[in-house]
Amino acid sequence: MTALPPTAAALRDLVARRAITAVEACQACLGRIGRADPALGAFLEVGAERALARASRLDATPPGRESLPLVGVPVAVKDNICTRGLRTSAGSRMLARYRPPHDATAIARLEQAGAVIIGKTNCDEFAMGSSTENSAFGPARNPWALDRTPGGSSGGSAAAVSARLAPLALGSDTGGSIRQPAAFCGVTGLKPTYGRVSRFGLIAFASSLDQIGPFAVTARDAALVLSAVAGADPMDATSSQEPVPDYAAALTGDIRGLRIGVLRGDLDAGIDVEVRQRVTGALDVFRARGAIIADVELPHARFGIPVYYVLATAEASANLARYDGVRYGFRAAEADENDPRPPLQAMYEDTRAAGFGAEVKRRIMLGTYVLSAGYYDAYYLKAQQVRTLIRQDFDRALAAVDVVAMPTSPTPPFKLGERVRDPLQMYLADVLTVGASLAGLPAISIPCGFTADRLPVGLQLVGRPFDEATLLRAADAFERDTDHWRQVPPVLP
Amino acid sequence: MPGGLTNVEVDRIAALARLALGAEEQELYRRQLAEILEHARQVAAVDTRGVPPTTHTLLRQPSERPDGAVPSLAPADALANAPEADRAAGLFKVPRVIGG
Repeated sequence: MTALPPTAAALRDLVARRAITAVEACQACLGRIGRADPALGAFLEVGAERALARASRLDATPPGRESLPLVGVPVAVKDNICTRGLRTSAGSRMLARYRPPHDATAIARLEQAGAVIIGKTNCDEFAMGSSTENSAFGPARNPWALDRTPGGSSGGSAAAVSARLAPLALGSDTGGSIRQPAAFCGVTGLKPTYGRVSRFGLIAFASSLDQIGPFAVTARDAALVLSAVAGADPMDATSSQEPVPDYAAALTGDIRGLRIGVLRGDLDAGIDVEVRQRVTGALDVFRARGAIIADVELPHARFGIPVYYVLATAEASANLARYDGVRYGFRAAEADENDPRPPLQAMYEDTRAAGFGAEVKRRIMLGTYVLSAGYYDAYYLKAQQVRTLIRQDFDRALAAVDVVAMPTSPTPPFKLGERVRDPLQMYLADVLTVGASLAGLPAISIPCGFTADRLPVGLQLVGRPFDEATLLRAADAFERDTDHWRQVPPVLP
Repeated sequence: MPGGLTNVEVDRIAALARLALGAEEQELYRRQLAEILEHARQVAAVDTRGVPPTTHTLLRQPSERPDGAVPSLAPADALANAPEADRAAGLFKVPRVIGG
């Protein structure tokens, strides 16, 4: 069995030099998935046939392929991102047999860059959750402790990269769904600026918040993915025409004079002691490299959770109206003759009742409520106004500093089952990530150490609009002085 | 804003959302939604007089494209995932809509 190098960039160079074939790289990952995934549940679908066919085509390609930035690198993809012909369920019974007629733009661009899509990863149903326990197909597990959650909603993607089942993965982040699982699994996860990456082919949850982004072992690997997938797309009017820089070129290691604002204020109180210690230690590393550490306040950050859960559920209630049992997806059996409801209405209601899981129904109900007559101003409009205040807090902070630092999650990974019966407790897991989502800002989670129980801790950096380069430069500089990113979970075959 | 949530309200929301709820679900959601809404009401304390709402955060240069005709999904592809269809006729099928 071929041993793979620790990073996607190193693997890419081996394939480009033909020291290893794309097929061998692909088979090595498929082998690891076969051995480790029964315990992890990171994948919902492994596309071995599509991946090997793609890899052999790359191997057969004449000279010229060396210039492809991700040539031969296997990538795992969250199951809410459409892959042509490869089952895309979004973790829902509703789409359990859905085979998309098209690839998402991010998928097409990864393949143009030479990447090989290896499979689809487990996630909370329609990306709604913070633990991957809302997947209709069973939870994914944390490679660092199998009785704990890998986070969510992109838990499968985070677990896959953490366990080295794939060197790279794509996820989606609406309120923290890339950053929190990255922190829980000890890998790097980047949520780009809203509009940086096309959302065409991403199954919509909350359209004013959703963004696709990478999971990787290093900042450099994340930079390679972002350079490949970012940029304007005629198929997504919300994709920005802002030019795409060469993100890897920004990784100079030089962060002298970089101003890092540390979040102070009332969010501090809920943060686990060990998480706080690891984050403080990380700031010392930045300081030693020449960064300037200052305090910042985000006075409205504590309203992030209520604002987010009003706005995201409102948007979800509209986006998920499309699952009606007509054009695609699950349809419930026809109601019996004695059912008093009109047959079409009965079909809609029964299809949605049986096709959606509990959390998705809860959010559709909540979103429908806050948009309904009599409640719209008090909840929805009010939340949109407080969203403005949250944005303005970040604008002010990021005028004084280059990035804002805080833990990604207030706690280390929690145990499976610990929060499933209390939705509000689960929502509070997102308290530190929803702010950047509501403000549309780029944010990265990087591994910054471990608890005494050997559970990963993540540091979050939030940057200015379209300034992913600074986040990646800071993350790369941090890696040069630390070895957290090199740590591999113990449970693997 | 009112506190709590009644079963009548839960039924009204479920009907708007086209969700058939069982009795147990109705009670569960009544309780959980009331709790979540109670939490959400803390934003009522924020002074938002004169603050414009944020509907999106698209900050720079949205992508516009020429309004030209381009090929769309082929009918066979559009019907491929349909739970029930008349593929020869190119139609999605649904339960009876009108008449007895």
